[in-house]
Amino acid sequence: MSAAAHTSAIEPIIREKLSEKPILLMAHLVLGYPSIEENKKVIAQMVDAGVDLIELQIPFSEPIADGPVIAQANQAAIDAGFRVDAGLEAIAEITLTHDIPFLIMTYVNILHARGMGQFISDAAKAGVKGLIVPDLPLQEAGEAIAWSREAGLDWIQLMTPTSHDDRLAAIGAEADGFVYCVARRGVTGKNTSFDDSVGAFVTRCRAATKAPLAVGFGVKNAEDVAYLQGKAEIAVVGTAAIAAHREGGAEAVGRFFRGLRPAD
Amino acid sequence: MSQGYFGAFGGAFIPEILHQTFAELTAAYEAARADADFWSEYLTVMENYSGRPTPLTYAENLSAAFGGRRIYIKREDLNQTGAHKANNVMGQGLLVKRMGKSRVIAETGAGQHGVATATMAARLGLECTIYMGAKDVARQRPNVFWMEQLGATVIPVTSGDQTLKDAVNEAMRDWVGSMDGTHYVLGTACGAHPFPEMVSWFQSVIGSEARGQILKQAGRLPDRVYACVGGGSNAMGIFQGFLDAPDVELIGVEAGGLGLATGLHAARLASADAEVGIAQGYKTYFLQDDDGQMKTTHSVAAGLDYVGVSPILANLHETGRARFIAATDAEVVEALKRLMKAEGIIGALESSHAVAGALRELPDTPEDTVILINLSGRGDKDIFTIADALHDPKWEAFIQEKADQYAKRANNPGDAS
Ligand SMILES: Cc1ncc(COP(=O)(O)O)c(C=O)c1O
Repeated sequence: MSAAAHTSAIEPIIREKLSEKPILLMAHLVLGYPSIEENKKVIAQMVDAGVDLIELQIPFSEPIADGPVIAQANQAAIDAGFRVDAGLEAIAEITLTHDIPFLIMTYVNILHARGMGQFISDAAKAGVKGLIVPDLPLQEAGEAIAWSREAGLDWIQLMTPTSHDDRLAAIGAEADGFVYCVARRGVTGKNTSFDDSVGAFVTRCRAATKAPLAVGFGVKNAEDVAYLQGKAEIAVVGTAAIAAHREGGAEAVGRFFRGLRPAD
Repeated sequence: MSQGYFGAFGGAFIPEILHQTFAELTAAYEAARADADFWSEYLTVMENYSGRPTPLTYAENLSAAFGGRRIYIKREDLNQTGAHKANNVMGQGLLVKRMGKSRVIAETGAGQHGVATATMAARLGLECTIYMGAKDVARQRPNVFWMEQLGATVIPVTSGDQTLKDAVNEAMRDWVGSMDGTHYVLGTACGAHPFPEMVSWFQSVIGSEARGQILKQAGRLPDRVYACVGGGSNAMGIFQGFLDAPDVELIGVEAGGLGLATGLHAARLASADAEVGIAQGYKTYFLQDDDGQMKTTHSVAAGLDYVGVSPILANLHETGRARFIAATDAEVVEALKRLMKAEGIIGALESSHAVAGALRELPDTPEDTVILINLSGRGDKDIFTIADALHDPKWEAFIQEKADQYAKRANNPGDAS
C-alpha cells in the first residue's frame, strides 16, 4: 500500500468549510429506513440545518459494529425490501441534489457480493466521495484501499481507544480524507461522556495522522459538540438523529441539528 | 499481514475496536499451544471432569443389518453436559484463566454450547452471560432452564431472525464494550482468526482418541468418517484424526431441512445455494442473497441452522479432501429412531444427521467397509422436538397434565402440590 498517489476528494472541502465554522457536523442515516422517500426528506432537512457531510449506511443483515437502534433500522430496511441497486440509484439522485460530500457506510459483504471493484466504481459513479467499512480492518483492506484511490474515493480509516500507538500510526499513514475516531468502546448508540479520556484519545489520534479527525459514537447534544470543538474537525451524529426522527419526523431532525450548534 | 487463512477462507474481519483483543487472544492461544503442560492439563481436566476418553462403540446390531459392514460410533454424547461442546469450552476456560479475565459470554443455538459454557463458568468461577435467539429460547427450553440453574444470565435475542447468527452478533456487540475483562467463548470453528483454528485444536481430542480406538478395535483405519456440520467443530474434531490418511474419506453432513429444493435448509457446502461471503468476522460460504444479505435457514436441529460454516471445512471442500452431503429433517428423525431401537443410544437431532448420512450411503459400499460416525451429542435436550416429530400421544397427555397442574397452582398460589 502507498499513500503517495492519492489526492483526497474530501479533505479540501473540509478545510474550506473549517475557514467558516469552528467544527463540522457529519450525520449518519440508514438508507431505506423507514423508506428511501423519507430518507430524502431527512437529508433535505439535514442540509438545510447546516450539516456538512452525510454518511449513508447501506443496510446489512449482520451489522456487528452497530448498536440496537441502528441494527434494528438495518433489519427494518431489509424487511421493507431494500435492495442495493435501488439504494445506489437513490444515492446518485441525492448526491446530485445536494452540494455537500456524501459517503457510503456499510459492511464488507455488501461490497464483496457485488464484487469489490465493481461496488467501488459504482459508488464513485453514484457521486459519493468516500467509503466507511468498519469490518474491513487495515490488514484486510489493501485491495479495497487501492481500488478506492483509483476510483477517486477516500477510504475512511477508523481509530479506536483500544488501538495502540503503533497501530494508530499504521492506520494514520493510510488515512485518506479524514479519520473516524470512535470515542469509546462498544457499539453505536450508547451514551459517551465527553471528558478528558476522549480528549486524550483524540490527542493520540492527532499525533498519528495529518488527516482531519471526525469523532463519533454517542454525540447527542450541543454540549458534546462544544466539547469536541477545538479538538476535532468533525462531530459525527447517528443514533440521536434516528431518535429525533422517531419522535417528530423529518422536521424534528432539522431542529435537532440546528440545536447542535449553540453558537450559530 | 492478515492471518488465519485456509486457502481463500478465514481471515479476521473485525471492527478496529477489537483488534487489540484479538491480538492478545491470538498471542495467548499461540503460547498455550506451544506449552505442552497446557495440553496435558487440558487432557487431565477433560478426563476427570468430562469423562474422557469417550468410548468408541461398535454398533453390532446396525452393522448386522448392513450385511456385516462395520459401524463404529464415537460417543461424544457421553461428555459432561452431553455433547462435544464440553471440549471446546473447557479449553477456552483454561485459556481465560491464563489471560486473567473474569467473565465469559457465549452465543448458543441448540443451547448445548450455552449449557457447556455455563458449567465451565460455574466450575472455574467465572461470571457468565449467554446470548440465544428468542426462537431458540422457545424451542430449547430445557437447556435454558439448565443455564439459568447453573448461574448464567440468558439473554433472548430478538433481532434478525432470532436464531444462532443473531446471537453471534449480540455476543460480538457485548464484547466490543466489555473486552477488557470478558472473553467471548465462541462455540464452533467459525468466526475471526484465531477461533476456527483454536476451537479445532481443542476438538482434535475427538479425532486423536478415535484414531487410536478404531485401530485397536477394528484393526485398521476406517474407510469413511461421518460427522454432522453446524459450524463444523465436531466435524473438525474427528476429521483431524484422519487428515493425514488420504484413503480415509471424510464426509460432513449438513442440515437438509425440508429438502434442498425447498430452499428451507442450512446446507452451505452440500447445496448450490451458498456463495462465498464475509460476515461475522470471517470469509466462507454463506447462505445469502445476491446483495449479500444473509438468508434465514431451517433445520429440525437448532444446532445446525447456522448461515456460515467453518472456513477450514470450506477449504477441505474446495480442495476435495472432504465431501459434504445433506440429510433432511425426515431422514434424521428416522435415523434417530433406528439408532435408539438398534443400539440403545439416544443421539441428538444434530448428531443424527451424521447417522442419517452414513446409513443412506452404507448400502452402496463394499461389504468389508469400516465406517466411523461421530455422535456429537445426546438427545435428551431434544425431547420436546422429538416427541413432536413422533407425535407420541402418551407424552402429549403427560405435558397436558403438567400444564393443568401449573395452571391450577397459578390460580391457587397457596397450594404447593
Ligand atoms: C449435539 C450437537 N452436535 C453438533 C452441533 C453443531 O455444531 P458443530 O458443527 O460446531 O459441531 C451442535 C451445535 O449446537 C450440537 O449441539
